Amino acid sequence: MLQVAIQKRLGDFELDVSFDAPAGVTAIFGRSGSGKTSLVNAVAGLLNPDDGRIVLGDQVLFDAGAGTRRAPQQRRVGYVFQDARLFPHMSVERNLRYGGDHDAERVIEVLGLGDLLARRPAGLSGGEKQRVALGRALMSDPQILLLDEPLAALDAPRKAEILPYIERLRDTVQVPMLYVSHDVSEVARLATTLVILDAGSVVASGPVGEVLSRPAAVPLLGVRDAGAVIVTKVAGRLLDDGLTELVFSGGRIMLPGILGTLGQTVRLRIPAQDVILSRAAPKGISALNVLPVTITALEQGRGPGVAVGLKAGDDALLARVTRRSASRMELAVGQQVFAIIKATAVGPEDVG
Amino acid sequence: MMDALGAAEWAAIWLSLRVAIVATICALPIAIAIAYLLARKEFPGWQLLNGLVHLPLVLPPVVTGYLLLVVFGRQGAVGAFLYDVFGITLAFRWTGAALAAAIMAFPLMVRAIRLAIEAVDPGLEDAAATLGASRWRIFGTLTLPLIAPGVLAGAVLGFAKALGEFGATITFVAAIPGQTQTIPSAIYGLLQVPGEEPAVLGLVIVSIILAMGALLLSEWLGRVMAQRVGR
Repeated sequence: MLQVAIQKRLGDFELDVSFDAPAGVTAIFGRSGSGKTSLVNAVAGLLNPDDGRIVLGDQVLFDAGAGTRRAPQQRRVGYVFQDARLFPHMSVERNLRYGGDHDAERVIEVLGLGDLLARRPAGLSGGEKQRVALGRALMSDPQILLLDEPLAALDAPRKAEILPYIERLRDTVQVPMLYVSHDVSEVARLATTLVILDAGSVVASGPVGEVLSRPAAVPLLGVRDAGAVIVTKVAGRLLDDGLTELVFSGGRIMLPGILGTLGQTVRLRIPAQDVILSRAAPKGISALNVLPVTITALEQGRGPGVAVGLKAGDDALLARVTRRSASRMELAVGQQVFAIIKATAVGPEDVG
Repeated sequence: MMDALGAAEWAAIWLSLRVAIVATICALPIAIAIAYLLARKEFPGWQLLNGLVHLPLVLPPVVTGYLLLVVFGRQGAVGAFLYDVFGITLAFRWTGAALAAAIMAFPLMVRAIRLAIEAVDPGLEDAAATLGASRWRIFGTLTLPLIAPGVLAGAVLGFAKALGEFGATITFVAAIPGQTQTIPSAIYGLLQVPGEEPAVLGLVIVSIILAMGALLLSEWLGRVMAQRVGR
């Protein structure tokens, strides 16, 4: 458990954040310039806050009141920088072992670094560099992993190459992670807890599924990227149609493609703009997924859109409709409606 | 040509080499430390330190030599202390010539090394710190290897400057043959005497060989190091 409550003035910018990061992956989400990197630097000890406290487990890393200010060397953080920061004059192997060789064999195996050991950083691709940086951080036996947009500099195929490694870490290595990102699908896929920063302050925080399904979070995430995350189980496969059937508390969802194995948990991000609402049970439509839901919130945005919070079983969903539709359909909190999700709208990058 | 060089000329050559090598070796660690301070730290007095370091570059060398005499002469504040406590005399000795050469070469070394340090991404040092490396380990394993080509360039520049130093040296330690007479002061002395042109030519050629040799050596070392650093 990491507890952060700090203030720092940087020129005209004021960072004033307070949040708890429980075990698992805590995503720090925000636009560029919202203070994400400063926040992570403060946890690592590379930036000294003006005031506040940072506590990791039972260790006080920083306490302005008590004058505690641990050096970065004494914090045991594994920091993966956006630009990897590998040491250019050392081989991959020397880079990896620079901070120690904790669990070296497994880290090298899990991250697929065996073939790179003798190479120099200059000869590595962007994705390989980030894998080495990740391995180097892990081998220093950190108490917490800080990942500052480790995938931001990579193109989509490289991202797809690294994401599974990070997921494997999340599921196998018992180290809490702080994951900075401005990519909602990345956050939805990896995070257990979400902290949204805006202009140096925390504007929303909580379990990722809960925060992402808040209608109020839509403008913070961007109208195109907003969408709820639900956890489902693979219930069946329709091999003839090439579909996978997933169940969750709110019903069944069919997705194209064969995903996972029977009984496996699958995390699904359902973009708000791909959810259609209907007052009556629709008939004769092509969409496969129709879920009965209850409206829990209506949030007017600045634009022509309305974010609609929905309850499907015990899970929350999010839809985005135009203001015109909302008033024509006379949508109101407490109403029973139907949510229509087009199976192809849920992209594979949203399935994890 | 070598016949043209008498015992006095050879003495001047060996003395020049000794002075330049000692000056470079002694000044280098201090130059690295000062360059690091100037490149990486902010502190009150930064401007003053920067100015002091560069002063020998802009002052007339004779003035620098005179100041050395005032400070390090037997009667000078530091000179008297060195003599009373350690029995060391600098004025009019080859060690004094080395000191003068070092001080004149110092700004050039600091400039070259500082440029190299500024080219090293401080982010790399931050990364090493998060991996638990102490300041000294970071300096030894990261900063120093990465700036090695720049340190080398500074050393060669300083060596060449030390080899050619004239004004401050002759003011501080004069030109005593076999004691403090370096190549430049020997050439100057010979030029005052008619008929010594062959000796002058010999010393000039030796100077060119030494300077070219230092340059070629540093080029080669620089390439080897740059390769090792992976740039």
